[in-house]
Amino acid sequence: MDALEKRNSKWIYIILAVFSVISIGPYKLMDEYYIYIAAYMWFGVSYGMCLQYGRFCFASAFRDLFAVKVPRMVVGIMVAMVFFSIIGAFASTMNASAFHAAPFGFHSTIAGLLFGIGMTLAGGCASGSLYKIGEGNGVSVIVVLSLSVTQAVFVKMGGWTNNLMPQSWRDKAAQATWIPAKVNVTDGWVDQYLAGHVWPKPAIQVAELPWAREKFGAARFFIGDSLINTIIPAALVLVVVYIFWARKNYHNKMRAEGRPVGGLGAELAGYWGMIMSSKRTAIAGLVLGISAGLHMFVMKKLQLAFGVHNFGELMQRMGITYGLSAKGTVFDPGYWYVTTQEAQWVGWVFQRLGIDMMDNIYFGLANGVPNPLFNPADWMSLGLIGGACMMALYQKEFKFKKPTKELAMWAILGGFFMGLGSRLALGCNVGAFFVRISMGDPSGWMFGIGMVGGAFIGVRFFNWWTERKMAKEMAAFDF
Amino acid sequence: MAMKFEKTGDNTFMLDVTGYVCPHPQIYCKKALEKINVGDTLELVFDNPSSGESITSMCATTGDQIVEKAEEGGKWKWMIKKV
Repeated sequence: MDALEKRNSKWIYIILAVFSVISIGPYKLMDEYYIYIAAYMWFGVSYGMCLQYGRFCFASAFRDLFAVKVPRMVVGIMVAMVFFSIIGAFASTMNASAFHAAPFGFHSTIAGLLFGIGMTLAGGCASGSLYKIGEGNGVSVIVVLSLSVTQAVFVKMGGWTNNLMPQSWRDKAAQATWIPAKVNVTDGWVDQYLAGHVWPKPAIQVAELPWAREKFGAARFFIGDSLINTIIPAALVLVVVYIFWARKNYHNKMRAEGRPVGGLGAELAGYWGMIMSSKRTAIAGLVLGISAGLHMFVMKKLQLAFGVHNFGELMQRMGITYGLSAKGTVFDPGYWYVTTQEAQWVGWVFQRLGIDMMDNIYFGLANGVPNPLFNPADWMSLGLIGGACMMALYQKEFKFKKPTKELAMWAILGGFFMGLGSRLALGCNVGAFFVRISMGDPSGWMFGIGMVGGAFIGVRFFNWWTERKMAKEMAAFDF
Repeated sequence: MAMKFEKTGDNTFMLDVTGYVCPHPQIYCKKALEKINVGDTLELVFDNPSSGESITSMCATTGDQIVEKAEEGGKWKWMIKKV
């Protein structure tokens, strides 16, 4: 073992010890309810380890396809969704799913487009940026900060921005009289967008559609959510990717080896070869998908064990009420999620500074701004960073990297677009895409279509930008 | 640190994208490989782990050969021969 390995091992043990103390200490000394936070944290650790091991970034999936014609990450994501959908269907069948479908509409595609542009500019999606913080990447810290501030500021903004929304949305939002007056739903463009435009749309989960209930009975989660909404579309996405990005090269390789080209058997071999071309990514996708499914299962079981629907209820039992929403809840998705807890960090800081962050639906009605110490999803993000850090140390890939001015600029801009897209879609590449699709909600595909479009625009822009810079460098020599 | 692309010999070039994160290293690498001639060698220096994975897949697709891989302290130096 060389000096670097020794030093890295020491840090891995330190991180593990810190997480262990955080898990066991409050549970043993303060209250058994803290096991809830520990569960979120350890699943976060598993996500971080998988993401770093597989260099698993949703941004790279579509960006690298357009930029350098590499399909490995699309494959990884589709594999992860397939396995998550199977475990998710099992959880749903066992009445252990915490998932709720999102309103279905074109707004998801527009939000996905903005998010896709953002993640390409930023150099990583929301989850990708978090795991890269664990690798010591300073640019990713700026991305996450920009993403968090953008979300917190946008959901709070009222005044002149109210006029940006159609009158019909304002009118509809005003009709939501069940929302407490302190949330002030008629002031704030995001509030009007949510209550006046998004919420009235239908929320669809394939397994819960009447025909699926009738036709498939108890197997509807496996057939509707997993097979129809995830496995078949994912397989078709990979067929498209194979035809446009991998088939030609596979044929060239076969010809070079003097093997016959064409025929269903050969094409299937090429398709499978594309899936297995990056075993590291495929393995990470498999473990990630299983982790995400188990996470949902475990959180629901803990809710049932404690007789609650939300961690806010447990906070109240423990006498902690600061930052609870008007419904007495905090952000507690019950599964893998990334962007909201990051917005809550900023929301909490602003609230402590005396700015009222509870006069809007996002914080005031739904998620609250609890102290980060008592925010379960916060610990999932911290666990993710820690897990990625341990894996990066193990693989000798941890390195502090100071952001350059150029990259800082892209990080701020990318984080801004991702923050905006996340709030309009009610989630990011994980919550609005990965989880929704895997759990049978077709609105995830609507977000995905937009995200692909956004990645395409982002790549076109970077192609122009890098070409310009290369031309300057090459002016000094010829080939 | 700014990106550097230099001619280091008759048939050798050096692309240094240290400090850059995705997607810059892979895009610059792709463009550099497109610019140089068949048989030329590109020395690629980078420190973003996920870019390495993408560049490996990219070379497997294009047929360009990664003839040498060296790593020191979280910084990689790869020699890529354009085929």
